[in-house]
Amino acid sequence: MTTTSSVTPYRTEVHSARDGFAQSLRAEWTKFRTVRGWIIGLFVAVLVMVGLGLLTATAGSIQCGGGPGNSGQRSGAACRLNPPLGPDGEAVFDTFYFVHQPLAGNGTITARVTSFTGLYSPQGAIGSGSDTAGMVSGTQPWSKAGIIIKQSDAAGSAYAAMMVTGGNGVRMQYNFTHDVAGTPGAVSSSSPRWLRLVRSGDTITGYDSLDGTHWTAVSSATLAGLPSTVQVGLFATSPGYTVTTQNFGGGSSVGGPTQATGSFDNVAVQGAAQGATWQGDVVGTAKARAADLLQAANYQQSGDGFTVTGTGDIAPWGAGGLGDGRPVEQSLVGAFAGLIAIAIVAAMFITAEYRRGLIRLTLAATPRRGRVLAAKAVVIGTMTFLVGLVASVIAMPLSDHIAYNHGRYILPVSSLTEFRVIVGTAALFAGVAIFALGVGALLRRSATTVTVVIVMIVLPYILAVASVLPADAAQWLMRLTPAAAFSVQQSLVAYPQVTASYTPSNGYFPLAPWAGFAVLCGYAILALGLAHLRLSRRDA
Amino acid sequence: MEAAIEVNGLRKRFGPTQALDGLSFAVQPGQVTGFVGPNGAGKSTTMRVILGLDAPDAGTALVGGQPYRSLRHPLSHLGSLLDAAALQPSRSARNHLLWLAHSQGLAARRVDEVVEQAGLGSAIRRKAGGFSLGMRQRLGIAAALLGDPPALMLDEPFNGMDPEGIVWMRGFLRSLAAQGRAILVSSHLMSELQDAADHLVVVGRGKVIADTSVAELIAAASGDRVAVRTAARTHAMTVLANAGATVAATGLETLTISGLTAERVVTLLNASAVPFSEVSAHRASLEEAYMELTREAVEFRAAPAEDANGSEGAAR
Repeated sequence: MTTTSSVTPYRTEVHSARDGFAQSLRAEWTKFRTVRGWIIGLFVAVLVMVGLGLLTATAGSIQCGGGPGNSGQRSGAACRLNPPLGPDGEAVFDTFYFVHQPLAGNGTITARVTSFTGLYSPQGAIGSGSDTAGMVSGTQPWSKAGIIIKQSDAAGSAYAAMMVTGGNGVRMQYNFTHDVAGTPGAVSSSSPRWLRLVRSGDTITGYDSLDGTHWTAVSSATLAGLPSTVQVGLFATSPGYTVTTQNFGGGSSVGGPTQATGSFDNVAVQGAAQGATWQGDVVGTAKARAADLLQAANYQQSGDGFTVTGTGDIAPWGAGGLGDGRPVEQSLVGAFAGLIAIAIVAAMFITAEYRRGLIRLTLAATPRRGRVLAAKAVVIGTMTFLVGLVASVIAMPLSDHIAYNHGRYILPVSSLTEFRVIVGTAALFAGVAIFALGVGALLRRSATTVTVVIVMIVLPYILAVASVLPADAAQWLMRLTPAAAFSVQQSLVAYPQVTASYTPSNGYFPLAPWAGFAVLCGYAILALGLAHLRLSRRDA
Repeated sequence: MEAAIEVNGLRKRFGPTQALDGLSFAVQPGQVTGFVGPNGAGKSTTMRVILGLDAPDAGTALVGGQPYRSLRHPLSHLGSLLDAAALQPSRSARNHLLWLAHSQGLAARRVDEVVEQAGLGSAIRRKAGGFSLGMRQRLGIAAALLGDPPALMLDEPFNGMDPEGIVWMRGFLRSLAAQGRAILVSSHLMSELQDAADHLVVVGRGKVIADTSVAELIAAASGDRVAVRTAARTHAMTVLANAGATVAATGLETLTISGLTAERVVTLLNASAVPFSEVSAHRASLEEAYMELTREAVEFRAAPAEDANGSEGAAR
C-alpha cells in the first residue's frame, strides 16, 4: 500500500463555539444586511407606503353648503364633521325626539307601545319643502321608539333604552354599541308591547312583557358614573333609508331620511319628583333634508298616552355608507404597495441562492436544512416586521394630521385599537415576507415567486377594495386568500344594529382582525412546510 | 490510519444515466489526491454526495469516519469548493466569507487570516460579482480554509486560473498536504495535477478505473518499453525484431521497443554493429498514462476497484 506513510493527520486549530440555531441566525442576518439592494428594497417599502398614505390624505377636496339655505360654498377644514362622542370615546349618531322629565335617584319607567309606523321615500328622493310630501308609509328595520334613561339631553351622553323596532322586535340597547334582543315580532294595537326600565344606582335593567303582568328581563346595563339625576322618557328616531346596488365595476346607493312614530299609553314613572312635567326636545343635529324632518319631530300627549315622532339614529357612527369619517387605517392604505417591495426582497433572499448555486454552500455550512429555512424566516420576518412598524408609525399620524387639516373627520379609536392596527400592519408585512420566502424556497425562481405572491395577496385586495367585484365575491376573496390578513388593519366595527353596506370597498372585511391574519399565517406555514419537505427530500 | 474521506459503493442514478456505479475510494491525510476523469465521469456528483447535498441510491460517504450531515461544525472537518461562481455578486468578497464564518461560530478575525492565506489582498472589499474566475477560485479556497479543516475537497480549482495562479495553486496544495491535511482535487485535465498530486483516483462512467500513487501509475504506463535513437533505423529494426521484440518506428531516427530490456537492446545492437546515439527506458508523462488508462477503461469496464483502501490499481 502506497499510502501508509507515517503522516500525522492535521488537527484543526480553529476552536468553534457551540453549534446552534443562533449561528445560523447570525449567518443569515449577515447575508441579508450585506446585500445593499435588499436594504434599499426595505426603504422603498417604507417610502411607498408612507407616500400613498399621504396621497390619500390630500386627495380630493371637501365642499359643503355654507350658512342657512345652503348659501355660500365652503370647503376644506370649514366642512369638517363634528359628531358627538359616546361614553367610550367613539363617534356616534345621537339624534332623536325626546319626551322627558328628570328622575332623581332610583326609579322605574313603564310604557305600553300600541303602534309603530314610519314614512320613507322608496326611490330615495323626497319632495321639496319641509314636510313629508312624497313619502310613503313604512318603517326601516332599525327605526326605533321606546323608553330611555339618559344621563342628560346632550348628544352622546350615556343611556339605556328599551324599544320596539321596525324589523327586529323588542331590543334593549345602551351606550350606542350594545344591543340585546327581547321579544321578537312587530307591534300593533292587537299585539302591543310593554317596556320597562329600572334604575338602581349605576345599573339599569330592561324588561319587556306582552300583558303588563308577566315581565321578562332582557338585559342589564351598567352605566359607570351615571349622575344622581338623569333624564327619563320616551323617544322615537329612524335612520336613513339606503338602497345599495352592487354589480361588477362597483355599487351605487340611493336613499334619504325617514321618520318613525310610536304610540304609547300606560306611561308611568315611579320615583319622579312631585309635579314633574313632560318636555319635548330634539336631541342632536341632522343635515340637509333630514334637518327639515327633524324640525317636524314632535309629540302629542293625552293623559298617559303619547305619540312621539322623530328621525335620526341612536347608534355608533360608521364609515363608508354610514358617515363621512376617515378611519385611521386609511392612512395605511399604501401597505399593499409596500408589500410588493417586501415580497421581492423576501423572495430574493432565498431564490438568489438557488440562482447562483449558493444554496449548496449554505447547506454545506449548515447541513440541517430545516434550520436554514427557519433562520431565514426569522431574519426576514423580523426585518419586515420592523419595516411595517416604522412605515405605520410614520404614516398614520402624518397622514391623519394632513387629512384632518384638509377637512376630513378622523374617526376616533381606542389606543388599543390603534396599537392593533399598527402592530397588525407590521405583522402583515412579516407574514407576507415569510409566505414569499416559503413560496420562493418551493419554486426557486424570483419572478415566479413574486408573481404568485402578488396574485395571491395584492391582487385580491385591490379587486376587493376597489369595488371591482360584487360584494359577495370580494368578501369570499378576503376570506379565502392570504389577503384576508388585511383585516388586521380594520378599525371600523360592523354593528348588526346599524344597517349599512359592510363591504370590503367600504372598509369592512368579513373576518375578524386576527382571524384574517391567521389565514395568512396558515398559508405561510403551508408554504414553509412544503418548502421544508422539498428541501429535505430532494438533492440540493 | 483512518481515512479523511472515504466513500464506499456509491451508486446514484439521474433518470437514465447511472452517474455513480459502485464508486469506492479513500483519501488519506498528508497527500494531495487527484480525482481525475473525463467530464461527466461522476466527480462532482461524488463530491456532492460527500457533502450530503445529494443522497446516494446506495453506499456511504464518510468524513473523518462520520457522515457529513452529522458533523456539528462541518467546515472545521472538511473545507470544500464546489463551484467558484456560487456567490451573491452584489455582496463583497469579505462579507461572503463573513457570513460563512458566522455560520460556524467563527470570529471575523478568522476571515482576515484566510484572506491572507489565499492571497486575496485588498480585493476582498470589492463586490465578488466583479471577480475574475481566478479570483473567485481564490475566494473559494479562502472559504474552504475558514474552518481550518484537516481535509479539503476542491472541484476543478485550476479552472480559469492564469499560469501563475496554477503554479501558486500547486504549491499551495502541496503545502497544505505537508501540514498533514488530506486534499482531494478534481480535474478533467491530468496535466494540471502534474507535480501536484501524490495519489490518483481515476474515474470513468461512475466507476473507479484506477486508485494508485502517481509513481506507480507512470511506471505502469511506461511499461517495459525502450526508446532507441539510431541513424540506421531499418538495420536496428531487423536486428531487434529477430530477437523477438516488438518494434515500432516513432520517428525518422527513433524506435520504441517492447519485450526487451534496455541492457539486452544495447547488447544486441553492439553485437550487430548497429550505431546508436541513445538507448533509454521510456518514461510516460502523466497525461500519457492517463490516456492509456481511460482507453483501457473502455475495454475493461467490468473491473471496478472493490478495495476501498485503493492499494491496487483496478484495471491494469
